[in-house]
Amino acid sequence: MPATLHRPPEPVTDPAQPDTVLGVTDLCKSYAHVTAVEHVAFNVKRNEIVGLLGPNGAGKTTTINMILGVLAPTRGTITIGGIDVAKHRSQALARTNFAAVYATLPGNLTVEQNLRFFGLIYGIANLRSRIETLLAQFDLLHLRHTRCGVLSSGEQTRVALAKALLNSPELLLLDEPTASLDPAAAQTVRKQIRELARQERCGILWTSHNMYEVEEVCDRVLFVSRGRILLEGDPRALPAAHGVHSLEELFIRLAREPLHATEERPR
Amino acid sequence: MRLRPVAGIILRQLYLFRSSPVRVLPTFAWVAIDIVIWGFLSRYLNGIANSHLNFVPNLLGVVLFWDFFTRIMQGVTTAFFEDVWSRNFLNLFATPLTIAEYVTGLVLTSVMTSLAGLLAMLVLATLVFGLSFVSMGLLLIPFVLVLFLFGIALGIAASAMVLRLGPASEWLVWPLPALISPFVGVYYPITTLPEWMQVIGHLFPPSYVFEGMRALINGEVFSVTTLLAGAALALAQLILAAYFFAGVFRYSVRTGLLARYSAESVG
Repeated sequence: MPATLHRPPEPVTDPAQPDTVLGVTDLCKSYAHVTAVEHVAFNVKRNEIVGLLGPNGAGKTTTINMILGVLAPTRGTITIGGIDVAKHRSQALARTNFAAVYATLPGNLTVEQNLRFFGLIYGIANLRSRIETLLAQFDLLHLRHTRCGVLSSGEQTRVALAKALLNSPELLLLDEPTASLDPAAAQTVRKQIRELARQERCGILWTSHNMYEVEEVCDRVLFVSRGRILLEGDPRALPAAHGVHSLEELFIRLAREPLHATEERPR
Repeated sequence: MRLRPVAGIILRQLYLFRSSPVRVLPTFAWVAIDIVIWGFLSRYLNGIANSHLNFVPNLLGVVLFWDFFTRIMQGVTTAFFEDVWSRNFLNLFATPLTIAEYVTGLVLTSVMTSLAGLLAMLVLATLVFGLSFVSMGLLLIPFVLVLFLFGIALGIAASAMVLRLGPASEWLVWPLPALISPFVGVYYPITTLPEWMQVIGHLFPPSYVFEGMRALINGEVFSVTTLLAGAALALAQLILAAYFFAGVFRYSVRTGLLARYSAESVG
């Protein structure tokens, strides 16, 4: 995919397209004296993993919170599987799920209890069998009766991922899913997520500060800074297109000099 | 309204009760202590007072009912606090769960725990202190129902307050029954109070219940219309509390309070 300079607020694609699982159009979030997200527009298609990159405070988590319906946009629309989150919150959220390092599951419930609890909340049919599949998939069978609060951070991440897949979501939001995993576990998770995107026709929005991981996993990345999307493109092609050697170098330039970095794009 | 998410909320509380004696103990321990203290006090007063008044139903009976109301209210708030304590709002509300399903789950959880407490209180008060509600007959049902409705309403309103003001405001919730009790004539006729306190007392449905109970126990004239007014008031307050919770939830989503709810969030 060629590198393109993002020009908000125009939506990238028509959210009504059947292979679009997430459509974000002209998304804005303002607080009293702060604009956290400004005219953000993008989409995520089935089988696609899109990286949402940016420095701390760029507006990534705010965007994810709006997609998850726990934060109302000041302006703009979000559709999941063609369903407007603002108008049909429950139906839209039934098609999505998420895992985030800052949203650990209740530590006073065991792994299995947590999966059962959230499985009921999502209204999963054949829940028992779905839980067994996920426990096996994430190597959690031996931890099923262990309280989540006493698990290592890596184990908690695996439980969070198992919970995130309970409803076989069309859209999966992963906010730094491998941040607390050792390299081997992180590689396993990346592989599992890639397989998931390929096999289950699921679109994934992924945030990470690990640029090596982003290059390995993401089909497309969006660079966010100060609430705006500055760049969009193939993570393997973007660095060269912007005259830098690596995605990490590009990230650092965008984080420090967002306007300068996008203006210097070679012709 | 879907039943599975409601069952999920109830099941989560049952898991917590099953795994933690600390949660089970207060359901029975505090009510037992109250019954023992007020039971012996009633016996003592019966022995020394030069009066035809039977203190067992007049004191022990109303204490039992007041404890039931307190348990109902705290049943709702405690189930809500479980999500506050485990910082579970993001996981919970980024799902298809609706506010109506969530609140219904909290209420049904409270019904189960408070009925268990009520049963324990009744057994203890009847067997040890000879408390009898025969004089009330079927009127016992509307008395309990009014207290139940008001307990639920206060529990929902208190939960909304904690959602709005932050976890630290939990400490404002625990003393609520004690704050109300002087106004509603739990231990004395409401006419004992100064005029302004009586006016406030009549805004709380329990005042109608305790006035009615006292009249029945002492063979005085009992007004069914007054009790119906209490029931209507409790129902109206329940509806208002539900609207209040939904309004606070919408406010929390709009302002970002829900997404960043933490131990120190007050604003």
